[in-house]
Amino acid sequence: MERIPILRMGHFLLVTIQIDLYDRLATNLEADLVQMVNRTGARGVLIDISALNIVDSFMGRILGNIGSMSKIMDAETVVVGMQPAVAITLIELGLELKGVHTALNVEKGMELLKQKIGPAEASDEDDDEDGTE
Amino acid sequence: MMTKMVLNKDSMRIEREQDVVPFRNRVREFAVKIGMGIVNQTKLITAASELVRNMLKYAGGGAVLIEAISQGRETGIRLTFEDKGPGIGDIALAMKDGYSSGKSLGIGLPGTKRLVNEFDIKSKTGEGTTVSIVKWKNG
Repeated sequence: MERIPILRMGHFLLVTIQIDLYDRLATNLEADLVQMVNRTGARGVLIDISALNIVDSFMGRILGNIGSMSKIMDAETVVVGMQPAVAITLIELGLELKGVHTALNVEKGMELLKQKIGPAEASDEDDDEDGTE
Repeated sequence: MMTKMVLNKDSMRIEREQDVVPFRNRVREFAVKIGMGIVNQTKLITAASELVRNMLKYAGGGAVLIEAISQGRETGIRLTFEDKGPGIGDIALAMKDGYSSGKSLGIGLPGTKRLVNEFDIKSKTGEGTTVSIVKWKNG
């Protein structure tokens, strides 16, 4: 079964969505991410949607769900790289991405996540940098 | 009102969630062909995606007619979604912001209407629903 890869980088999980998700793929990603947050104790989730041409209410709900679930697991979610046309459409559609932070690009998203989890934890990131299983 | 002329058309059956992405791509091809800009394209395809998901969720699928149309100097895309589902009992209620009978966010129909230039819905309980939308190239 097709899956969206989730990369671990220090305290953060990185996901790049490069194809239009169909429903099953999107709900799998939701489940995989939450399990991964649980297993790795990740403090932040960064989702890059720069390759997505469309975010409809289904996709918006998936992003919102990931944000809420991660929050309960004590991790912050930031969505980066939204295309301008997608942003315009989302607002007209009436969809606010509640529960997720947004940033312009991956770099700014990482900065935001580091701010959110606080400097103390961000600095001991080196401890388990190669701690993937 | 000027009449709408059909320049080009195609129809697709929507039966499973896997049909959604190819359908969106087909709509995009039509929009690109008439030279629609990226923002209007995105609005049209997002509206199409909402309606096709509604059709799958409430009626288990249906048929969509994709047409490139012209009216006077304007060109645009018209999409007609036809299903034989349970129908919508109270259309006025379904079109109200924040209302949803399903598990969606309740922005489906009114949100979709805001994205397009023309929105027409006809439904008969027990017989099905037909939704037709038009997005003009410069609309």
